[in-house]
Amino acid sequence: MIKLDHLTKIFETPQGIVTASDRVSMEVPEGEICVLLGPSGCGKTTTLKMINRIIPATSGRVFINGEDTSLLDTITLRRNIGYVIQQIGLFPNMTIEENISIVPKLLGWKKSRYLARAAELLDLVALDPTAFLKRYPNELSGGQQQRIGVIRALAADPPVMLMDEPFGAIDPINREIIQDEFLKMQKELKKTVMFVSHDIDEAVKMADKIAIFNAGKLIQFDSPDRTLAHPKNDFVKGFVGTDRTLKRLRLVKVADVMNPTPDTVRPEDSLKSAFQVMDSRGYTSITMVDQSNRPIGMVLRAQAQTQEGTCGDHYYGLRAIVNVSDDLRTVASRMFSYDTTWMPCVDEQGVLLGEITQRGITHYLGATYRDKQVTGTNHRPTAEPYPAAHQPEQGAKRG
Amino acid sequence: MPSTCGNHKHNEETALDVLQYIFSNIGTIGILTMEHIALVSVAVGLAIITGVPIGILITQNEKAASVVLYFASIVMTIPSIALFGLMIPILSMVGHGIGYLPAVIAVLLYSQLPIIRNTYTAINNIDPALREAARGVGMTAVQRLKLVEIPLAVPVIMAGIRTAVVMNIGVMAIAAYIGAGGLGTLISQGISQTDPRQLLAGALAVSVLAVFADYALLYCQKRLTPKGIKQAAG
Repeated sequence: MIKLDHLTKIFETPQGIVTASDRVSMEVPEGEICVLLGPSGCGKTTTLKMINRIIPATSGRVFINGEDTSLLDTITLRRNIGYVIQQIGLFPNMTIEENISIVPKLLGWKKSRYLARAAELLDLVALDPTAFLKRYPNELSGGQQQRIGVIRALAADPPVMLMDEPFGAIDPINREIIQDEFLKMQKELKKTVMFVSHDIDEAVKMADKIAIFNAGKLIQFDSPDRTLAHPKNDFVKGFVGTDRTLKRLRLVKVADVMNPTPDTVRPEDSLKSAFQVMDSRGYTSITMVDQSNRPIGMVLRAQAQTQEGTCGDHYYGLRAIVNVSDDLRTVASRMFSYDTTWMPCVDEQGVLLGEITQRGITHYLGATYRDKQVTGTNHRPTAEPYPAAHQPEQGAKRG
Repeated sequence: MPSTCGNHKHNEETALDVLQYIFSNIGTIGILTMEHIALVSVAVGLAIITGVPIGILITQNEKAASVVLYFASIVMTIPSIALFGLMIPILSMVGHGIGYLPAVIAVLLYSQLPIIRNTYTAINNIDPALREAARGVGMTAVQRLKLVEIPLAVPVIMAGIRTAVVMNIGVMAIAAYIGAGGLGTLISQGISQTDPRQLLAGALAVSVLAVFADYALLYCQKRLTPKGIKQAAG
């Protein structure tokens, strides 16, 4: 747990007094990642660097796991905090092994222990120890170097990690990969992390909490979804972007929004019965599944109403399918690509687990606003995951 | 060179004579060479012991840095023969006006600028990100110097030492005029005795020594360069 209590930094410059960090107070629960977000010069980096006293604070206090850090000497404090910087900063005269082992060595660990730890950490980031331990930083790519930078910070198993735009110097493709890797590691390691970023998308992806800064002040401290859905003021609104609701799509999985009990028909079912189901529900199409409950096509209301025979003879191909663990951005993307407003949701084996619609998505995203509309009762409306009707199809394709 | 204009036969003889002289006096030349190396080594060795720490200290203070570098460069502009001339009366007071002591002191002074300046520049030019990383992992200032900054500065410091040594092999040759010994003795005797054999033997020996020292120290520089930066430094 990291707690900041009125942490302030004031610089005296030739141009006058500059308050880089103005009485910043916040608390990051244990095991969570808090992203400090804001434009250049907003004070996020200054705030971060006051925690390990790279920049000495003018006033205010920092508590790590309840302990006031002003009671600790600077060197001990830093050896117990993992620090990752944008420029990576691996020591070029040391091997990878020596780089990773540096903090344990400074703390006096036995050689066998810290060497084992170095190899263990390399495995954690999927780098072969035998290949990498004895190499030098200049032999590695930027992405590999920063992975080493991260595990160097983890080597002594500190409770807290400070990361200053750690992935900023890495190309966008590798950046995504390293971000995913870090999130995976975090699931296991559960470090308390303060992470500085200027990129709202990175913040939304990585953060359990987002702290938005402007001109030295902490403006908003909230979960990513709440920050996007309820920006406090115009500055935050402008910073998160006008597409902030689309950004929220990343945060929600299909499984949270889909209708888990969709209606289906079998190939041997008659068109008449299919039409009856569609008519009673107000649908214009219905998914057809095989005996393993895997979606294999769809039957259109028009056909079911006018034709005779079985579903198996009069079905069309499905436009798109989505996996239950995908996020809503993938769903929206497919909806746009394939010109559909609904699709079946399947598991890894392709078995149908639910159905998702455009209406369902917008309804879910809108729940947070309906929550705020006080109706005079204490009743908290639950977000309906699935509305009454499919959207009408335009131009079905023959399957 | 011979004071009388020689005919061709005279010059040919001189060339053979020089080689003959060298071979028959190889022992003396060897001893003088050892003496020369010893003088330069002691002087530059002392200069390293003073210069490197000064170079490290002035990285902490810009003003001190400019003052120290200024004085060191002024010293270097004094011609060696003049510096020896200044040393003589001063050191006569302790009875060492001539001989090896003024020579060693002069070389020590001349070596300060390349060594101090290279040390200072090398440490200052270390990527600030490395300094921040070193602080961030919890190194003390001394640990930072020992584990990161000095290893990275070694190639450039060695280059400064090399400059000092090669330059001062020449300065030490001039020191023969104030009785320091070394290979300069052959040169000065060759001039005063109008003996081209001694003169050329001395001149050749000093030149060969300088070139050899340069390569030997270059080899040391390469060996001492941390592996991790070898590719970059080249």
